[in-house]
Amino acid sequence: MITPEQRAEFRTHFRYNVKRRIIFDKIIKGGVFACVVIAIVPLVAILVNVFTNGSSALSWEFLTQIPGAVGSDDPGGIGPAIQGTLVLIGLSSLIGVPVGVMGGIFLSEYGNNRYGRMIRFFNDVLAEFPTIVIGVFTFVLIVLTIGNFSVWAGSFALSIIMLPIIMRTTEESLKLVPVTYREAGYALGIRRYRVVFTIVLNSAKNGLVTGILLSVARIAGETAPLVFTILGSSQFLDGLDGPADALPLRIWRLSSLPYDSAVTQGWGAAFVLIILVLSINIGVRYMLLSKKEKTRIKFRKLGAMS
Amino acid sequence: MHAITMKKGSIHADKIFKYVAIAAATYVLAIIIMIVFNLTTGSVQVWQQEGISFLTGSDWNSVEGRESYGAAPYIMGTLVNAGIAMLIAVPLSFGIAMFLSELSPRLLRTPLAMVIELLAAVPSVVYGLWGLLVFRTYVRDWIEVPLHNIFGDNSIIFSGTPFGLDILTASIVLAIMIIPTVASVSKEIMIAVPNSQREAAYMLGATKWEAFRLAVLPYSKSGLIGATILGLGRAVGETMAVTMLIGNTTGAAAFPSSLFQPGQTLASIMANEFAEASQGGLHLAALIGIGLILFIMAFVINVIAHLLVAKVVKSHEGAVLA
Repeated sequence: MITPEQRAEFRTHFRYNVKRRIIFDKIIKGGVFACVVIAIVPLVAILVNVFTNGSSALSWEFLTQIPGAVGSDDPGGIGPAIQGTLVLIGLSSLIGVPVGVMGGIFLSEYGNNRYGRMIRFFNDVLAEFPTIVIGVFTFVLIVLTIGNFSVWAGSFALSIIMLPIIMRTTEESLKLVPVTYREAGYALGIRRYRVVFTIVLNSAKNGLVTGILLSVARIAGETAPLVFTILGSSQFLDGLDGPADALPLRIWRLSSLPYDSAVTQGWGAAFVLIILVLSINIGVRYMLLSKKEKTRIKFRKLGAMS
Repeated sequence: MHAITMKKGSIHADKIFKYVAIAAATYVLAIIIMIVFNLTTGSVQVWQQEGISFLTGSDWNSVEGRESYGAAPYIMGTLVNAGIAMLIAVPLSFGIAMFLSELSPRLLRTPLAMVIELLAAVPSVVYGLWGLLVFRTYVRDWIEVPLHNIFGDNSIIFSGTPFGLDILTASIVLAIMIIPTVASVSKEIMIAVPNSQREAAYMLGATKWEAFRLAVLPYSKSGLIGATILGLGRAVGETMAVTMLIGNTTGAAAFPSSLFQPGQTLASIMANEFAEASQGGLHLAALIGIGLILFIMAFVINVIAHLLVAKVVKSHEGAVLA
């Protein structure tokens, strides 16, 4: 039999025990919350700094003109850098997208074997490679062989960075297409390649576009490989086999100049780059939201207005 | 009655399609093999001249006639820099991941995860610019000067005049940059833990923390180690932000000893000195050789990381994209 005294003792033990555990739990929760805050603060600070400092540099001249002479009164603009970045994105997509999509098709349609698994693995590894290594590789392979820095070399380097991202997302989105779709195609006597191109790719369109856009956002901000391939320039493009400028490269060069105007321009260029990269990222994520969520957002906005 | 006719070419078209797909996939392998091959041939000159002392030596002299190259300080610099960044980033990232997977109210979860993923998309050079123009002074005035005043020149790691362009600043910014990666991969891994595990723990009367420690942590351990190593891979290869912040010294002076001392990493010396190296010279071969060392480091790290992560989450493409 348990006497009332014993019961009271047990109760105090229990309370003491639980209390300690609950307090410890609260401490951990507080610590975790602090982690979130500590990590978010600098990240938000970056965005705020870029937006406040960068927006003041913006003007039509800044976006379209060539950079002025170093240290002169006329700071000029970042026109060649914007042009270069856009051209680089276009050319790298020209190489990276077809190869990446075909590779993704291989992984999802024919990749269920040892070779497929091996490719998938090395593709993942390639996705995380230091981009500067890819830059040096392209330098040795193309720039040293041909003898000059060129937009082509830069595009090739960037396409290597795009490739694994596109391959992976293509594979993932093709795998989401139900087998019955394919079977329906085969039942109609359609050849496999037509089934893939017309039925499967069409159903997986959203995922494909997402992957391509995210890879574009990624390469738009790459600097290291460009140092070794397009070198940098302060003029507008003079053909694709010469040096060129790009936004991240321009930011890097500006950051090493000791003039106030260079600092302002650096912020301005960073602002343009961030806008480019983040608008792609946010746009893609909005696109991926389900229809229901979109209407909810719309309603919320309407509600806020009324 | 129409006879069903089939175009002759279409049978071949299927085969061609398959081979094209295989070729595109093989391209990835070819690129990796070509990277190894090209970096090796490009740096063969320096390996021939320096031999093993390219890995162990600390001289860095590009004056013609007295050329001598050793990469040891930069290998150390890379490891120290990445190591400090990991020390800062990993606990914070696990905290964020735990918050997102276990504690966060549903309303906050998606926006917060999205913000973190967006921050992974901010280009490295922008982090570098911000570190150089803004964050550096904060690190110097709020962290380095107090530490220096307390410990002074007596301690090795806090000796030297705080300047802001040093190993500590580069490491902190590097940590800020890899937090999104490590946090979002860890979050995926923790979410992949079946809810029945947590429920079993709660049923026994566990608190949130106890449920996490008893049910989630053992289940996701190898994945979390993988996420950490993935972050390490990022940290080792990160170039621009580190180049802009680490202060850039060469030779024996680049051996990391104090946190307040300028340093150099494998990636940053390539970015810095590349413009000065003349084509065909030993200097260029040395820089390409450094690229080869960095490649091997990153390759090993990433292979280990992917083997560990793949075991837990089958697809973590969100993390790769981020």
